[in-house]
Amino acid sequence: MAEDPKSPQPPDKEELAKAANPAGSGTPDPSTTATPKPATPSAEKPATPSAEKPPVAAAPAKPAAPAKPAGPVPQPWDSPLVDKLKRQYGTGLESWTYLNQNYLQVDRSLIPTVLQVLRDEEQFDYCVDVTAVHYPKRERQFDIVWILYSFPRNERLRVRTQIADGEHIPTASSLWPTANWLEREAFDMFGIQFDGHPDLKRILLPDGWKGHPLRKDYGIIQQDQEWVQINLGIDSGQ
Amino acid sequence: MTDPTSSVSHLDLEESKHTFLDANELVINMGPQHPATHGVLRVILRLDGEKVMGLECVIGYLHRGVEKIAEHRTYTMFNPYVDRMDYVAAVSNGLGYCEAVERLLNIEAPPRANYIRVILTELNRLASHQLWLGTHALDIGAMTPLFYTFRDREEILKIFEKYCGARLTTHAFRISGCQYETYEGFEKDVKKFLTFVAPKIDEYEELLTTNRIWVERTKNVGTISAKDCIALGVTGPVLRASGVKWDLRKAQPYANYKQFDFDIPTGQKGDTYDRYLVRMAEMRQSLRIIQQAVDGIPEGPIMAKVSKVIKPPVGEIYHSIEAPKGELGYYIVSDGSTQPYRIRVRPPSFVNLQALDLMCRGQLVADVIAVIGTLDIVLGEVDR
Repeated sequence: MAEDPKSPQPPDKEELAKAANPAGSGTPDPSTTATPKPATPSAEKPATPSAEKPPVAAAPAKPAAPAKPAGPVPQPWDSPLVDKLKRQYGTGLESWTYLNQNYLQVDRSLIPTVLQVLRDEEQFDYCVDVTAVHYPKRERQFDIVWILYSFPRNERLRVRTQIADGEHIPTASSLWPTANWLEREAFDMFGIQFDGHPDLKRILLPDGWKGHPLRKDYGIIQQDQEWVQINLGIDSGQ
Repeated sequence: MTDPTSSVSHLDLEESKHTFLDANELVINMGPQHPATHGVLRVILRLDGEKVMGLECVIGYLHRGVEKIAEHRTYTMFNPYVDRMDYVAAVSNGLGYCEAVERLLNIEAPPRANYIRVILTELNRLASHQLWLGTHALDIGAMTPLFYTFRDREEILKIFEKYCGARLTTHAFRISGCQYETYEGFEKDVKKFLTFVAPKIDEYEELLTTNRIWVERTKNVGTISAKDCIALGVTGPVLRASGVKWDLRKAQPYANYKQFDFDIPTGQKGDTYDRYLVRMAEMRQSLRIIQQAVDGIPEGPIMAKVSKVIKPPVGEIYHSIEAPKGELGYYIVSDGSTQPYRIRVRPPSFVNLQALDLMCRGQLVADVIAVIGTLDIVLGEVDR
């Protein structure tokens, strides 16, 4: 479990060094730039206790200073909340801050506990959004993102994890009922399976539709021809 | 097509055993073509006589794949699309989107642009609430307010039209500021409108607030507690009517809302009547903000310096604003190219609509209409 999140990281870091520069100087390349985001560059020596890996991996990238033209880069983020989580869960968890927004990169296996702790002990009582991002070139293709807010603390936090295509993730709808529809939408658009969801089915697209449109391999004018022909009685919706 | 009854499965079936006179519960389909659903919302109702045992919303009839489109447009090109989500509050949508991209670019709109933005956004909030009031009252059976509110909303749309040429899907703002300088006489028009509309809001209240039919139809209807609101992620006037004093304009100020003095109206009970009062009070607060903004509007540039080709650095941002319906958020992931890698819209109407089931349970069929109205959903935003 401890090795899991690390193994995909080194290539990420290297790609980042490559990708972050063009990002500043002007060559867009979604395929490479898409990958590095999860493994964010640690430009400063992080004072984070358990993360020994990032400084080592980031060391070659640091002198290149890709951040200069591109503006701010994600910084390691420290807070009592993070310290507490790191003490408990160690390496499966990284914390970053970017443009004054904090987020946690959490190992897939820790997700249920971390979410539970955030709600019960850290007062993150409002789940703003649950969504996903698709990175087809990555080994673990999907980023699942929970955007949380705490009314008592007036604070936002994003929790992010990576899962592979076809991998399941436990539902958050038992913690925050609002996740019910949000997860249904993520399922509808990305085909992500949420275990324990009370009623996981499509929400925006019709029930019989094939394909998940927000995946990157789904074309923008692609559609389920068969469904359109049977249900709408026309050749094509285009 | 699937059998409509099959999709009621997730509801608590235990309840259905105790139906009136032991009769079978009735499953009734409402919409998607129904004048009181404010668009194409389909609701499957499970009834025991007149009593609602549970319901399920079927949505997606207006799905246009806005988030997919975003990935195939540049940041600038996507800007007009957001107007078409919540089309009665297009200015708010534009503000949220522009500010999200600005934060991603790490730039700020100049002060004058912020003032113009606040004036137009608050005017739009007023227009949105007026449209809500008119249609909501019409649903419940009060026809007159509709004519009053549409008459006055027209004045706001005229200001929009003079400012940017469009009445509804305004596309008023650009990333980094506003494209248009205010027209000659803009401030005079806005001030004239303020003096014109303030007594009109009293007029709406005179028609409804103590109207016995209105009170009977809205009090204790669709009550939702603050705890349930938070659990279901319900925001905006619905949350405030349940007693939570939370408004993003105060909690996490954006644009230049910090500079203005205004209150957050709240209710106590969280019923339809409270939500009505909260929105009425919000209209007056909007007027206060507009008054302050139009009095203090500074001179200066309306656009921050930004390259013609918008290319945010690799990274992601979540930015949300207090739209008339609740928290409208944009989660944008940039891969460093000119096109967003992913834009996720956190639509307030979509999330608020999820509470419909809870709010309608135990109520009468006629109250479902009142609750749909009071949630103030726009299907363009629910379905995106």
